[in-house]
Amino acid sequence: MIASPSPTATMPPPKMTARDVCVAYGDKTAIDHVSIDIEQDRVIAFIGPSGCGKSTFLRTLNRMNDTIASARVAGDIRLDGQDIYAPEMDVVQLRARVGMVFQKPNPFPKSIYENVAYGPRIHGLARGKAELEATVERSLTRAGLWNEVKDRLSDSGTALSGGQQQRLCIARAIAVDPEVILMDEPCSALDPIATAKIEELIHELRGRYAIAIVTHNMQQAARVSQRTAFFHLGTLVEYGATSDIFTNPRQERTKDYITGRYG
Amino acid sequence: MNEHTVKAFDADIVQLRGLISQMGGLAEEAIAESLQALQRSDLARAEQIRAADKAIDAIAAQVEQLAVQIIALRAPMAVDLREVVAALKIASVVERIGDYAKNIAKRVPLIDGEHRIEPVSILPAMGRMAADMVRGALDAFAARDIQAAMRVRESDVALDDFYDSIFRTLVTFMVENPKTITQVAHLLFVAKNLERIGDHATNVAEMVYFAATGTRMAERDRGNREGEATWRA
Repeated sequence: MIASPSPTATMPPPKMTARDVCVAYGDKTAIDHVSIDIEQDRVIAFIGPSGCGKSTFLRTLNRMNDTIASARVAGDIRLDGQDIYAPEMDVVQLRARVGMVFQKPNPFPKSIYENVAYGPRIHGLARGKAELEATVERSLTRAGLWNEVKDRLSDSGTALSGGQQQRLCIARAIAVDPEVILMDEPCSALDPIATAKIEELIHELRGRYAIAIVTHNMQQAARVSQRTAFFHLGTLVEYGATSDIFTNPRQERTKDYITGRYG
Repeated sequence: MNEHTVKAFDADIVQLRGLISQMGGLAEEAIAESLQALQRSDLARAEQIRAADKAIDAIAAQVEQLAVQIIALRAPMAVDLREVVAALKIASVVERIGDYAKNIAKRVPLIDGEHRIEPVSILPAMGRMAADMVRGALDAFAARDIQAAMRVRESDVALDDFYDSIFRTLVTFMVENPKTITQVAHLLFVAKNLERIGDHATNVAEMVYFAATGTRMAERDRGNREGEATWRA
């Protein structure tokens, strides 16, 4: 059923693998036996109607569902071959390696500088002030925000515009040098210009991190991703190259959804 | 196919398909009319065909405008996108078919009505075959029928054979009676135009197949025409 792109000899092993992942909230199944690979240097988009399980699935990849008492996760999820649900896995460490950006920009009510410096400091990633400052500048530069904020680093992060706040959150996520970045509808609260900036940023970050993005905006999925996975009613219906999914989907349900015939 | 959640999208697609059918009907009519005008040396009708071609061109422009509008405003995906792209290409191909019919009509006053040679009478049969292919391809588009599209392509082989036999006959006329050369040269172009119309109808059929399936018709199904096409340049 799941048409995953056939691996070729030259392709590196996937950054993350999920096999037969099931998630239930209480006795309600949210994800039903989903298997998928998250590849290095690629953007994978998760699309599907509300309640299809795409966000739930995204959140299993850095164990954000652990914070929900009724959520139970079964199956096998690995980061570089390492079981992320194994008892010896340090969840804080995991979330540094698998960063997350949320729908609504959520900067800390602290200065722009502190928003970015916080992560590297608690993870002990910078030795001394100079190194921390370099990390902050590098992260803000990669997030495409440095030129806009370099003269006002001590201003509050919450004083920035929505689009700037979201880029600040991306800078905060990449400051701890993650390997995978998960984005849960990162542009749905932003205007088209701010959205375009985030999309351009995703293109630039692609060579450095594996990126998984959940989006309701199918044009956005088409624009930013190389792989697209379509979820419906908790199952993975179709997974393949984005150009194929949007021009010639194989499954009837995918076709109905992306052409606007769903429901 | 299910309806779109946004009903206006369906209305746009219906309008686009309607325009294609309309211009296809006009082109098909122009082919039949041009050959009748040729056969009867009907100069008035030939002139009408030349004027009617402007209507086909106008619809082609309308299709182009509507297709661009649908792409811009509806952002069609998958089968919808393929259908809009197919409609765009089909419109320009049908416009071309209309041009070939117009070209046949233009030759009517150039062919001597008094001393017409016998092959003039078999050209309408070839014209019917070409017009049938055009109708078949457009019916296949209207019905999204890939089997019908495949049949159109198969019949192109028969049309090519028809052209080959007319070509040989006309060359024989020129060899036997050099006085017929001017007339025969025009008839050769008429036959060639009909042969090209068949090729264009085949292109339409291939677009129908692509729109419906997302893949191109397999090359091996196109018949081995290249190897035997010694007469055609």
